[in-house]
Amino acid sequence: MSTAYEEALAKFEPVFGLETHVELGTRSKMFCGCSTTFGAAPNTHTCPTCLGLPGSLPVTNAVAIESTIRIGLALHCTIASWCRFARKNYFYPDMPKNFQISQYDEPLCIEGYLDVEVEGEVVRVGIERVHLEEDTGKSLHVGGSTGRIHGATHSLVDYNRAGIPLVEIVTKPVPGTGALAPEVARAYVTELRETLRTLNVSDVRMEEGSLRCDVNLSLNAIGATEWGTRSETKNVNSLRSVERAVRSEIERQADVLSSGGRVKQETRHFHEDSGLTTSGRSKEQAEDYRYFPEPDLVPIAPPAEWVEELRATLPELPFDRRRRLRDEWGISVLEMQAALNAGAVGSIEATVALRVPARDAYKWWMGELARQANERSVEVSELPVTPEQVARIVALIAEGKVNDKLARQVLDLVIAGEGSPDEVIAARGLAVVSDDGALGAAVDEAIAADPDAAQKVRDGKVAAAGALVGAVMKLTRGQADAARVRELVLEKLGANG
Amino acid sequence: MTELTRLSAAQAAGLIASGEVSAVELTAAHLDRIAAVDGSLNAFLHVDTEGALAAAAAVDAKRAAGHHLGPLAGVPLALKDVLTMNGVPTTCGSKILEGWRPPYDSTVVKKLRAADVVILGKTNMDEFAMGSSTENSAYGVTHNPWDLDRIPGGSSGGSSAAVASYEAPLAIGTDTGGSIRQPAAVTGIVGVKPTYGGVSRYGLIAFSSSLDQAGPFARNVYDAALLHAAIAGHDPMDSTSIDAPVPDVVAAALQADVRGLRIGVVRELNGDGYDNGVRQRFSEAVALLGELGASVGEVSCPHFDYAMPAYYLIAPSECSSNLARFDAMRYGLRIGDDGTRSAEEVMAITRAAGFGPEVKRRIMIGTYALSSGYYDAYYGSAQKVRTLISRDFTAAFEQFDVLISPTTPTTAFRIGERTDDPLKMYLADLDTIPSNLAGNASMSVPCGLSPDDGLPVGLQVMAPAMADDRLYRVGAALEGALDSRRGHLLLEEAPAL
Amino acid sequence: MPSITRADVAHLARLSRLALSDDELDQMAGQLEVIITSVARVSEVADADVPPTSHSVPLTNVFRPDVLQPCLTPEAALSGAPALEDQRFRVPRILDEE
Repeated sequence: MSTAYEEALAKFEPVFGLETHVELGTRSKMFCGCSTTFGAAPNTHTCPTCLGLPGSLPVTNAVAIESTIRIGLALHCTIASWCRFARKNYFYPDMPKNFQISQYDEPLCIEGYLDVEVEGEVVRVGIERVHLEEDTGKSLHVGGSTGRIHGATHSLVDYNRAGIPLVEIVTKPVPGTGALAPEVARAYVTELRETLRTLNVSDVRMEEGSLRCDVNLSLNAIGATEWGTRSETKNVNSLRSVERAVRSEIERQADVLSSGGRVKQETRHFHEDSGLTTSGRSKEQAEDYRYFPEPDLVPIAPPAEWVEELRATLPELPFDRRRRLRDEWGISVLEMQAALNAGAVGSIEATVALRVPARDAYKWWMGELARQANERSVEVSELPVTPEQVARIVALIAEGKVNDKLARQVLDLVIAGEGSPDEVIAARGLAVVSDDGALGAAVDEAIAADPDAAQKVRDGKVAAAGALVGAVMKLTRGQADAARVRELVLEKLGANG
Repeated sequence: MTELTRLSAAQAAGLIASGEVSAVELTAAHLDRIAAVDGSLNAFLHVDTEGALAAAAAVDAKRAAGHHLGPLAGVPLALKDVLTMNGVPTTCGSKILEGWRPPYDSTVVKKLRAADVVILGKTNMDEFAMGSSTENSAYGVTHNPWDLDRIPGGSSGGSSAAVASYEAPLAIGTDTGGSIRQPAAVTGIVGVKPTYGGVSRYGLIAFSSSLDQAGPFARNVYDAALLHAAIAGHDPMDSTSIDAPVPDVVAAALQADVRGLRIGVVRELNGDGYDNGVRQRFSEAVALLGELGASVGEVSCPHFDYAMPAYYLIAPSECSSNLARFDAMRYGLRIGDDGTRSAEEVMAITRAAGFGPEVKRRIMIGTYALSSGYYDAYYGSAQKVRTLISRDFTAAFEQFDVLISPTTPTTAFRIGERTDDPLKMYLADLDTIPSNLAGNASMSVPCGLSPDDGLPVGLQVMAPAMADDRLYRVGAALEGALDSRRGHLLLEEAPAL
Repeated sequence: MPSITRADVAHLARLSRLALSDDELDQMAGQLEVIITSVARVSEVADADVPPTSHSVPLTNVFRPDVLQPCLTPEAALSGAPALEDQRFRVPRILDEE
C-alpha cells in the first residue's frame, strides 16, 4: 500500500457512492420494437421512435418494467405503488430527441440495500433508488487522435444503442469503510453483477458497456461532522477500475485538502491507462435539466399482486446462496471467498449434489483443478471436466481403486481429453495394484535390492520399512495401495507394525 | 348534377359506390379546384397530384373488381401538414423541416388509406401549430374564403380554408387549444376535437403532447361523423390512446335529436370581450335548442378563467421539450456547418434561423416555466389549474349532458391585426382551451353569420370524455334546424372565389 | 413575480439552443415579461391541497410485449440526414462529453 494512501487515511474518512447503469437484456428496446443485439451494422436497429423522428411516440416494454421491479426486490427495495417517467432535457447529438426519458422524483424502486463481504466482514451498502431510463446512441469521433473527442473534426453517430433499456442503481453514501473503501466499492459492483446475473436480467458485460459505473467520492476530515465536497468520476468500466478510481480519488482529494485547497464539485474522467482521474465539466456550469412528467407515457402503478408474485419467484440470491452453501459445506468465509474468486462455487455445488462429501468436492475443485485452471488462465468451470467425472474420481478413491496421486494423474488425462476417468484408468492401466501375488513379487524384489533396510526391519526398526514401501511404490509406478504394501513388507520380514 | 366539388362527402361516396362518378373524376375535379383558387387562398403547402390520382384509381379498380367500398371510399381529403405521410413532404409550416420526407405513415394516415380516402395534399398551418390565424406559417398566410383579407383561423387554417372553399369536402386538423374548432368557427364549417386519446397521436408531430388531438373538418355534421369514425380507435403505438369502443358518432349524427337532453350554457364563456354579433347568434341558437326540445340552463365553471394562463404555461413547457429534437443533426435544416463550428453552435444557429418568432417565444417561455426554481410556481401551478378545470367539468356534467358556448369571442379578424400583440392573439382560444386541458370532446358547429360583419359564427358543444356522440346529436340537430329555417346551407352565402 | 432581464433571456436562449441576435434578445425580454406576468395568475388558485394533473386520461400501466418489430432500413433511417458517412449520421465536432 502506498504511503500517500496511508497518509490520506490517517487524516480523512472516505465516503463513496456508486451509480451503476445496467443495460437490460430485453429482446426489444425500451420504447420500441427494435432489436437490442450488440454489434449490428450502424443504424440498422432503428425506427421512427428510437431515432426520435417527429411524430413518433414511445410505448413501454413490459419486460423492462418487470426486470426493474425484480432488481428492486433483489436489492430489498420498496416498489413504488405509482410512479411516472420524466423527461430529462439536455442537448447532445447522440440523444435523438434531445431529452432522455428517465425517472426523476418518482423512481420505480426506493430504499433498499445490498450486503457485500470484504475480508470476511459483511458491509451493508444502502440503495437509494433504482430507476429505468433509455440509453443514448454512440458517437465515433473522427479526425482527432485515436478516436478521442478532443481534437476531432466531426463525429459519426449510430443510433442502434439509442433506446436500449437502462436501469440506474444508485447507492446511498457509504461511510465508515476506511482503508477498505476501494475493496468495498469493488465488492459492491461484483455482488451487484452476480445478483443481476442470477436474476437473468442483463448479460452484465462491462467490456461491452452493458454495465457502467460512476464513482462519487468525498473525504471528511476525521472527527469532522460536515461532509466534504464530492467528485463524480464517470465511465469507470471494470471491477479493477472501480477499485483504482476510489483509491486514486482518495489520494488526489487528500492531496488537494492537505495543501490547503478545496475539492471542486465536478465531473471527472477515469483513465484506464494511468489509473488516474482528470477534471471534466464543473457542476457550476451544469445544465438545468428541466425535468417534467413525460406526457407521452401514462403512469405506472404496479399491482401489489404482481409485485408479490415477482417477489415469490425471485431466484436464490448470491449472498444467501453463499451463506447457505458455507453452512452446508462447513467451510469458512475465506474458503468461500476463494471458491468465489476461482469461479468454482457452481462446480462444487454440482459435485456435492452427486452425493460427494463437500470436503472432497471442495478439495478437488479448489486443489488440483484450480491449479490446472490457473495454468490455463481459465475459470475452473471452464475446464473440460464435469462434476460427474470428479464425483467418479472421489468414488474410485473411496473404493480403493486409485489413490490420491493416481487420481490426480487420471484427472490430468481427463482434462487432456483422453476420456472419462474409467476409460483413462483402463487405457493407461492406472488402477491401484492390490493383487497380493503381484505385490508380493514387488516386495521380494525391493527386499532383495535393499538388504540393509530389510535387516533393520527384521531387527525391529519398523521405521526403516518406509524405504522399502517407497521402493515398492516406485516399482509399481505408484499404482500400489501403500497401506497394503506396508503390511506385506512387515509380514515378509517377520516384524509386526 | 351539381358540381362535383360541391358534393358532401357522403353524397360523393354514394355516387362513387353506385358508379355514377369515378373516384378519379372526383379527385381530378378537386385538383382542378385547387389549381383554380389556391393561388388566392394558400391553403395547400403541397399537393400530391400523383399520389391522389393513384389512390383514386385504386378505389375505382376495387369497385370494378366488385369489392365492398367503405362509407368514405374515394372521397378527397386535405391533411394538415403536421401529420406524417410516408415519402410526402411534411413541414409543420416551419423552415426547419423544409424538404423533410418522413419515412413512415402516421396512424391517422394509415386509417385514411385503409378507408380508401384520397389524400389530396398537405395544408398550411401556424408553425408547429402555434397560433390562431395561420399567419405564423413560414410559407405565407392562408386567407379566409369568406373574406380574403381575413384569417382562416389557426392553427389548422389551411384545412379549414380548403373545406370552406370546396377544395376538399373533408380535412384533418389538430387541436391543442382550439386549432380545429376556432378555424371551423371562423370559416363556417364543422370541426371536432375528439376526446383526448380517441384518435391516435402516432405520427402527429407534437406541439403539446398532453393536449394535442387530431380531428375532422367537414361542411356538415354527418360528414364530420363519418371522418371521425374512420380515424378514431385504439392504437397500441400511442400509450395515451383509449382502449375502448369508439362512441357511435355516425348514428348520433343521424339521430340529430336533442329532445330531453340537458344543455348547460357556461357563464364564464360569454360576456365582456365577445362581439355583439357573436353573442346574438349564440343566444338565438340557445333558444332554438330549447325549441327543439332540449332543457337549457346556465352553469358556472369558475376556474375556466384560469384556463388560458394555465394553457400558456403547459403548452409552451411541453413544446420546449418536444421541439428540442429539431437540432440539425438527423433531418431537416442545417445551417452554419462550415467545418469549424461545433455541433452545439450549429444547433443554436440552425434553430434560431429555422424557427419563427412565435415558436421561439414559446420555447423560451416553456424553458423558463420548467427551469429549476420556477417549476412549482409556473408549470406546477398550471397542472393544478388543470385539475380544477377538470373538476368544474365533472360538476357541470353532473347537471348537464353537454355544455355550450360560443366557439370564439369574435369572428375572423383581419390579417395582421393581432400579429404584434401575442396576448390579444391568444384570446382567440379563450373558449376552446378548457376542453383541451380536461381532455373532453368538443365541436364547433356554425350558427349563422354575424349581423355586424356578415362573417360566420361558431357554437361550441362540449361533452364528457368518450361521449363524443353527444356532440353529433346536438350539432346535427342545430344544423338541421338552422338549414331548414334558412332554406339553404350557410356556406352557400360565402362569396364565390 | 420576478422581472425578466436580458441576462435571463440570454440564459434561456442558451438552454434552448437558440442563437438569438441582440435585437431578438431585447425584444424577447419585453415580451416574456408581459406574458409571464399575465400567466402567473395560475398561482392564485393553485393551493397546496390541489393535486397536479399531468395526463387528462386516467390510464395507467400501458405496456407493450417485449417482441421485435421490423426496423427501418438504414437508407430510410438516414434519408433525412443533412450529412452522412459510413452509414452514420455525420455531425459537427462535439464539444464536451456529457
